[in-house]
Amino acid sequence: MTARNEERWLLPAGIEEVLPAEAQIVEALRRELLDLYASWGYELVFPPFIDYLESLLTGTGQDLDLQTFKLTDHQTGRLLGIRADMTPQVARIDAHHLRRETPTRLCYLGTVLHTRANGFASTRSPLQIGAEIYGHGGIESDIEILRLIVLTLRTAGIADSYLDLGHVGIYRGLARQANLNATQEHALFDALQRKAIPEIEALINDFGVTGAVADMLLALAELNGAEALTQAATVLKAAAAPVQAAVNELRRLADELNRWHPELSVHYDLAELRGYHYKTGAVFAAFVPGWGLEVVRGGRYDDIGRVFGRARPAVGFSTDLKSLLQHGRGLAARYQPQPSITAPWSTDPALHSAIAELRASGRRVIQTLPGALPNDAAGETQQLVLREGRWEVQAISKP
Amino acid sequence: MNLNVPLTIALSKGRIFEQTLPLLAHAGIAPLDDPETSRKLILETTNQLVRFVIIRASDVPTYVEYGAADLGVAGKDVLLEHGGDGLYEPLDLGIARCRLMVAGRPNSPEPENRRLRIATKYVHSAERYFAAKGQQVEIIKLYGSMELAPLVGLADVIVDLVESGSTLKANGLVPLEHIADISSRLVVNKASWKMKHEAVTALLALLREAVN
Repeated sequence: MTARNEERWLLPAGIEEVLPAEAQIVEALRRELLDLYASWGYELVFPPFIDYLESLLTGTGQDLDLQTFKLTDHQTGRLLGIRADMTPQVARIDAHHLRRETPTRLCYLGTVLHTRANGFASTRSPLQIGAEIYGHGGIESDIEILRLIVLTLRTAGIADSYLDLGHVGIYRGLARQANLNATQEHALFDALQRKAIPEIEALINDFGVTGAVADMLLALAELNGAEALTQAATVLKAAAAPVQAAVNELRRLADELNRWHPELSVHYDLAELRGYHYKTGAVFAAFVPGWGLEVVRGGRYDDIGRVFGRARPAVGFSTDLKSLLQHGRGLAARYQPQPSITAPWSTDPALHSAIAELRASGRRVIQTLPGALPNDAAGETQQLVLREGRWEVQAISKP
Repeated sequence: MNLNVPLTIALSKGRIFEQTLPLLAHAGIAPLDDPETSRKLILETTNQLVRFVIIRASDVPTYVEYGAADLGVAGKDVLLEHGGDGLYEPLDLGIARCRLMVAGRPNSPEPENRRLRIATKYVHSAERYFAAKGQQVEIIKLYGSMELAPLVGLADVIVDLVESGSTLKANGLVPLEHIADISSRLVVNKASWKMKHEAVTALLALLREAVN
């Protein structure tokens, strides 16, 4: 199918333009968030938009293969990918280029590209923004990331979000305890993600898993809600040490988070395993009412740097700036551009210096071009007028 | 059932609606209007906080995934087509039971020099089934009256839901291969599960009780 001439304005599915009013808000929010991360000591990095496919698909990237646009590098014959997620690239910066001994905090922002839109969030080009801590394995760094998530949501005007906490170590430990092979582990994982209890029952049966571990795998799908951690103490009593350790870690995380943010609505879901294939510890997500997709996701993935020469503990989060905007309230009012000043077109040096002075002080001055009407869209309420040989700012009296 | 938040339940008219009502009645929820006679698409119920939205069966996963409804009742056939990734499906309601099957004319030979042609509404399920068998097939998407396709030479076989088999029989077709057992599932929006957890799990528990 070729597009007809008159359809040249059409954009590819899931690719959008951001028009002036919204772009203004996106940019203001971007600055505010990056300033926030900077004030916490997160250094900004710009990973490249295009990269060797192998680098993009290592570790964390395995899940992203089908999501990545690919093309051939004509200089080397190797495959290039357009990033579908910036996390592996940022991990490489930490592991390969910075190689610091101390914890490193990095933040990033950029467009990523997906071959398929993620669920019903119809965009294929999210504006990914995120922050990561490398080089610290304790729950203190998890807490720092969770606190940043909360601040990020607040900054974006999202007040009624829910935080969803889980830990991949619980299912991973139970699967090991039940001696599931990789295929079985994946099949059960898939059913768990849908909380498809009838299917979970059937699979456990098929795999010949019996006894306490079968009960625990089955109970996992229902271990969620505000009381899930309390229930886990009895339901997962017979679990092996790694499972217990994971539950305890989640419990400590919950207590600590509650100390910082007692007002927060937290939902525990011990079967929530997003990013299961590369996450190694706690997983978190934030939800908003009536939207079935998480608006922020994150977690711990300690092995991420291994393929780049250095496995360091890592924890972080990322979100799509445009989706924050979609769910945020009051951003348009907060980031309203200040009214601009209109000035006539003139070669008078006194006018030029008056304009330069105003602009330097942060005002927006628009010179009306000869023969053109003043730009109504700019919201001008003031104008520069020549009075008694001096250029002065005056209110525009609207008819 | 005492709820603390409003719940919207997506249902489709016909068999699913009729067979879901007794289960919902166990939770004290009954519609105030009959969708067969009323033209309303939103039905209030005996529980002030619960309302039904009446939509096409194949739209139920979409409404629930987008959060336009908190819960819904959808056939496994619809979920298999939809992909079902963005939803929770915690309960098999055991209603509207049938089978997804390959059906065709009895003893008809495999086509020579071309691929088997299959007419179906269930494109993804058919693709997956034949791919798993290692068979390359040509799939033709139809929206209804599948049984006609083999009779007029549009397709060799069909993939469709079979309940009693009487429609097949009336058209001289027979069931050939079993793909999956189908029944209706309770589906839940992911955010509703988390944010309306108490209400959703309470309703789930009552429905589970009713199913058993």
